[in-house]
Amino acid sequence: MTTAAAPTERAARAWEVLDSVPDPEVPVLSVRDLGMVRSVELSSDGTLHVVLTPTYSGCPATEMIERSVIETLDAAGLGPVRVTLRRAPAWTTDWISDDGRRKLREYGIAPPAHAASKTVPIRIIRGALSPAPACPHCGSAHTEQISAFGSTACKALWRCRACGEPFDYFKPI
Amino acid sequence: MQDSIKVSTDPSVRYLLRLGDTCLVHAQRLGEWCGHAPIIEEDIALTNIALDLIGQARGILTRAGQLGGQQFDEDQLAFLREERDYLNPTLVELPRGDFAVTTVRNLMVAALLELLWTRLQASSDTEVAAVAGKAVKEARYHHRHAADWLVRLGDGTAESRRRIEAALDRLWPYSRELFQPDAIDDAALASDLGPRWAELRDPWLAAMRDALDAAGLGMPAETAFLSSGRMGIHSEHMGHMLAEMQYLQRSYPGGAW
Repeated sequence: MTTAAAPTERAARAWEVLDSVPDPEVPVLSVRDLGMVRSVELSSDGTLHVVLTPTYSGCPATEMIERSVIETLDAAGLGPVRVTLRRAPAWTTDWISDDGRRKLREYGIAPPAHAASKTVPIRIIRGALSPAPACPHCGSAHTEQISAFGSTACKALWRCRACGEPFDYFKPI
Repeated sequence: MQDSIKVSTDPSVRYLLRLGDTCLVHAQRLGEWCGHAPIIEEDIALTNIALDLIGQARGILTRAGQLGGQQFDEDQLAFLREERDYLNPTLVELPRGDFAVTTVRNLMVAALLELLWTRLQASSDTEVAAVAGKAVKEARYHHRHAADWLVRLGDGTAESRRRIEAALDRLWPYSRELFQPDAIDDAALASDLGPRWAELRDPWLAAMRDALDAAGLGMPAETAFLSSGRMGIHSEHMGHMLAEMQYLQRSYPGGAW
């Protein structure tokens, strides 16, 4: 048997380990960067209890993320682990950390605009469904939407009119 | 061959099945566009919307399966019911039609779901309220997407306008069913589970008018026709759609990817 870590130390180490559990569809982000982890607590029965908030209703990665959280924490010797999903309050892209936003930009994905949780009236206009994000490649604000839906449930497809490059935009939701 | 399940007639269960089945059946029809949309971006968009709707259906069907003394999971409810136990409005089961029909239906359904999810955030059932909190944002996104296409097609070429007008004429009569009050709606209101769909008629008409105005299209006239999918009495298209949707789970019970 390995030396049991003190309870608070075990939870603290778990937080660190969760930094290495990637989102399978945007592997540059960890579940912590995404703001999916609500809490990590040690239960009275010795189980490490991780509470996650799922991102999009139909995100096919949710179950895979649940599994990899358990496997990664187990592999780090922090098990047994139990994961529960908490839907309320609903996840918002505002929970993506500043570090996560920087990583997204470096990866070539424009991070979501802030204040997405505010309800705005629907304005019917051609083209863009949200304010134009800056190009993650050259930084230009001269960008346009190609499609409101992109390669995964969380992204829209945009292009930069300055450098000509297409890029993904993380939908603010 | 997997046997059918018989669902509870409890009004709360029925209310949730109406909502969950609307999402499920609409998603099934949208999924048929995979590989067939006019441009790749829309192929991706329609299947992305379907994915959101499947996620919403899962949340609501899971809850419906726990109420009324039942213990069914979302897969049993999705795949093992008989046709008359599906309670989606007829609108969503109609064949997908051309891209104009799909655009008009997407708008009609997204505007309805956005209003429903908004109200359901205050549901007395905390599970339903939690699903609604996420779904309302997705429905808003779908609504804007569909309205944008309505404007492009309505204010586009003579051919796109002809098609969008034909789609409106085809689908509009099915909107009347959405807002017919009945005992299931009354029970949901009484228990604070959710609003009566009938209460959403005026804001829904206002949302449709906004989009139609922007597209330079007129409001279709109301007709006397009344469909009855929400009562479980479906069009001739429903059975064919369910046969395709249920085939794998009926033939290979519990089959998974």
